[in-house]
Order: sequence, then structure tokens, then C-alpha cells
Amino acid sequence: MTFHRGKLIAIMGSSGCGKTTLLRHIGGALKPTKGSVKVDGKIMHELDQDGLYEMRRKMGMLFQFGALFTDMSVYDNVAFQMREHTDLPEELIHDLVMMKLHAVGLRGTHNLMPSELSGGMARRVALARTVALDPMLIMYDEPFAGLDPISLTVVGDLIRRLNDALGATSVIVTHDVQESLKIVDYVYFMAGGVIVAEGTPDEIRASDKEFVHQFVHGEIDGPVPFHYPGGDYRQDLNLRA
Amino acid sequence: MPVAKTIQVIGHRTINAVWRIGMATRFFALTLVYSGNGFRRFRLITKELFSTGVMSLIIIIVAGLFVGMVLGLQGYETLKRYGSESALGVMVALGLVRELGPVVAALLFASRAGSAMTAEIGLMKATEQIDAMELMAINPIARIIAPRFWAGVISMPLLAAMFSAAGIFGGYFVGVVQIGVDEGSFWSQMQAAVDFKHDILNGVLKSFVFGVVVTAIALFEGYDAPPTAEGVSRATTRTVVTSSLAILMLDFVLTAMMFGGSE
Repeated sequence: MTFHRGKLIAIMGSSGCGKTTLLRHIGGALKPTKGSVKVDGKIMHELDQDGLYEMRRKMGMLFQFGALFTDMSVYDNVAFQMREHTDLPEELIHDLVMMKLHAVGLRGTHNLMPSELSGGMARRVALARTVALDPMLIMYDEPFAGLDPISLTVVGDLIRRLNDALGATSVIVTHDVQESLKIVDYVYFMAGGVIVAEGTPDEIRASDKEFVHQFVHGEIDGPVPFHYPGGDYRQDLNLRA
Repeated sequence: MPVAKTIQVIGHRTINAVWRIGMATRFFALTLVYSGNGFRRFRLITKELFSTGVMSLIIIIVAGLFVGMVLGLQGYETLKRYGSESALGVMVALGLVRELGPVVAALLFASRAGSAMTAEIGLMKATEQIDAMELMAINPIARIIAPRFWAGVISMPLLAAMFSAAGIFGGYFVGVVQIGVDEGSFWSQMQAAVDFKHDILNGVLKSFVFGVVVTAIALFEGYDAPPTAEGVSRATTRTVVTSSLAILMLDFVLTAMMFGGSE
């Protein structure tokens, strides 16, 4: 799998196929038993803690439900990394936070606590926090999960615009085929921990591969079976042949 | 085979217990290693001091007051038999400063602040806040755990002192104001019999040890909790149970070392 600079890449696949695990490998939270992840020329699992933290400062990750710090206001959440990693004066941090919140359309929420935000708003605040230090690589773990159609379009649009504005590389792990095919440059399909298909959104839409077809069209049965493997049905019902 | 199964279960539990002890020791060592950050940015500790210490004040003072009142009543009843009612102040003060202050305050601290710490850290883990911090290149042990640990360690002796002070006032209220023990002998005998080093400092040392143990258990249980509702709930329960038992066992050991065999 190769992610080129400036591109927006989606990784899709059924639940449990290893998408989030892949993101954790990219972020260096997990060490691979085989193979390696190279980011900006550095092999992640070979880095010591200082090296890993230095690389992570160049990355941002949006978690599935935002993972906002619940004991901090929206403003403090976005300012968090700036305060931790830089010596910027508070006036400058204030301006930067406001700009980031303005970019996601939530400047007016800076005094609110995360518990006062809707799911979609929390995701946008988390997005502002993710890009707080202008990362070169942004990872999104299920950014569309549980959003209403309007929030879904807003978040999708923001992901594309922020990626282009920052000149970053973005990797989105998602189940949402339709929304992601609208915004991404390239798609990888995973199943059982391996890549089963890849291509541009147009290639994916036109693909005649069974797995891709089932996934894109949301078919109940196919290469991904409806039934979890089990024993003989008649035997489970205690019926005699 | 039941025997083989039993041996397997015992082996599994033993390995798990050893594993957890190792994890807890490593966690505690890392907390101490990364404590420098908390002291350099003392406001992180101050913020936690408020939630663990200041917010526990009411329960500590109210409990201390009632414990002191009960001590006053019971003490008077016992001392009266020997005609030593005037020693009520000494009995109340020594009982509180040496024993009940550190122990009961620590038990209350474990139930209020310890369980809250475990639940908070466990929920932070369940909602991926700790993972988020890690991926922001911020060490969660330095940023979240160490300040809370030191806040707990600092709070505990202060809360125990508050507990003892409130208890002495409770004992005074019942013994002197209600029953009519002589006020002069209540205070003067207390002042003469309570030794700063032997009684008060040993009590402070006890509460310091309890503070370390309770806070370390609470934080470890939260950090180690499975990221589910059930996992956090079990971890919170374990914090209260383990801390309470640890306090009572340690109290015996410390009391034996400090006062065992002394006159």
C-alpha cells in the first residue's frame, strides 16, 4: 500500500478486516509481526519513543467519535497540542484556535464543553484539533459513522478541503462507500487483513470484482457471507435427518 | 478432566496475577519517572488537588466530626468507670491522630476520590482520549497520571489532618459542651500527652503511605480497565475493595512498626 503526498486515500472493507489496525500501525501504536510501515522515509516500528513522538507531531488522527477531552472546553481542546508542543504566546494560540474553529464552521462554540455538542459538531471540533499543528499526514477512523446526511456531507467536504489547503496526505478508514467515493483520490479494499482491490473511485464504481460489487452495492450475500460459519443447522435444531 | 482443569485455572490465574503485579510496578515506576513534568507545570497538580482534595473536604469534615462525637461519648463512658474523665481529650486526640484520622480518612478518600479517579481514567480510555493523547505525541502518564498521583499524595495527609481536627472538635462538643467534662483539663491534658514527633508525625507518615497506595491503585485500575462499561465498573469496584484492604493491612504493619512495644 502506498500513499502519495497530497492525496486523499480511502481504506474500505467489512468490519474486523484490519482497517483500524492499519491506522494504528501507521501511527506507531502497534508493531507489525511482519512487514513494515514507512512514513516520510522512516520505518515506524524501528523508532525509539523520542523518534516516534517526533513523527507523531507531524501526524493527526480523527477518532471515530472524536475523542475530545471531556474535561476541557472546545477552545482548550483545539489549543491543547499548541500549548503542549509549542512556546507560542497565548494571544497567538487564541488566533490560531479561532481560525481552526472558523475553518470547521464552529467558531461560535469555543466556550462550550464537548458534552454540549451534537455528534456532528463534536466530529468537526475534533477535526479542528486534528489539524491544529498542520500535520503532513491525517488519519481518519470512521469519520462518517453515526452522522446525519447534512453533517456527513459537511464532514466529507471539510476533509477534502483541509487536505488540499494543508497539502497533507489523508487516509480515511470508512464503511461509507458513497460519501467517500465522492471525495477521495484512491481506494483500497481490504478483507481478512489483505488488499483485495484498489483503484480510483471511477475504477471502483466500474469494477466487476465480486467483493467490490457486493460492498459498493451493499448486497447481503456474496464473498462476504451473511452467515457466520457454524455447524450443521439441523443438528443445532436437534432435528434428525 | 476436573483435576487438570482445576490446575489449568489456578495456573492461568497465577500467571494473570503475576502479570498484573508486573504491570502495576512498571506503571508506578513510569509515574515516578514522568513526575517531573507535573512539578514543572504545577498548575496541572493544582487542578487535580481541587478535584481530589478540596472536593473531598465536606465528606471528610462531616465524617470526622461524627467519629469524634462517638469517641467522646464512648470514651467518657469508659473513662468514667476509672474516674479519669479528665483524660477524655487525650483519648480522643490520640485515637484520632494516631489511628482513626489516617485510616478513616484514607477509606473515605478511596471511596470518593479513588473511585472517581478510576472511573475518569477508565472512561478516558474507553472514549479513546488516552489513545488520542498518545497519537498527539503527548505521554499520557506524564500528562494525566503523574499530576493526579501527586495530587492524591499531597491531599491525603491534609485530609487526614482535617479529619482529626474535626474529630477533636466533635469530641470536645460532646465531652465538654454536652456532658460537662472540664474544659481546662480536656485541652491541657491533650496538649501534654500528644507528642508531636511520636504521635502527629507518625500519623502524617501513615496518611502519606495510604495516599501513595490508594492513588496508585486507583490510577492503575483506571488505566488498566477494559474499555467497556462493564470493565470500568469492575475497575471502580476493585479500586475501592483493594484500597480498603490495603489500608487496613498496611495500618497494622505501620502501627506495629511505629507503636509496637512502646509504652
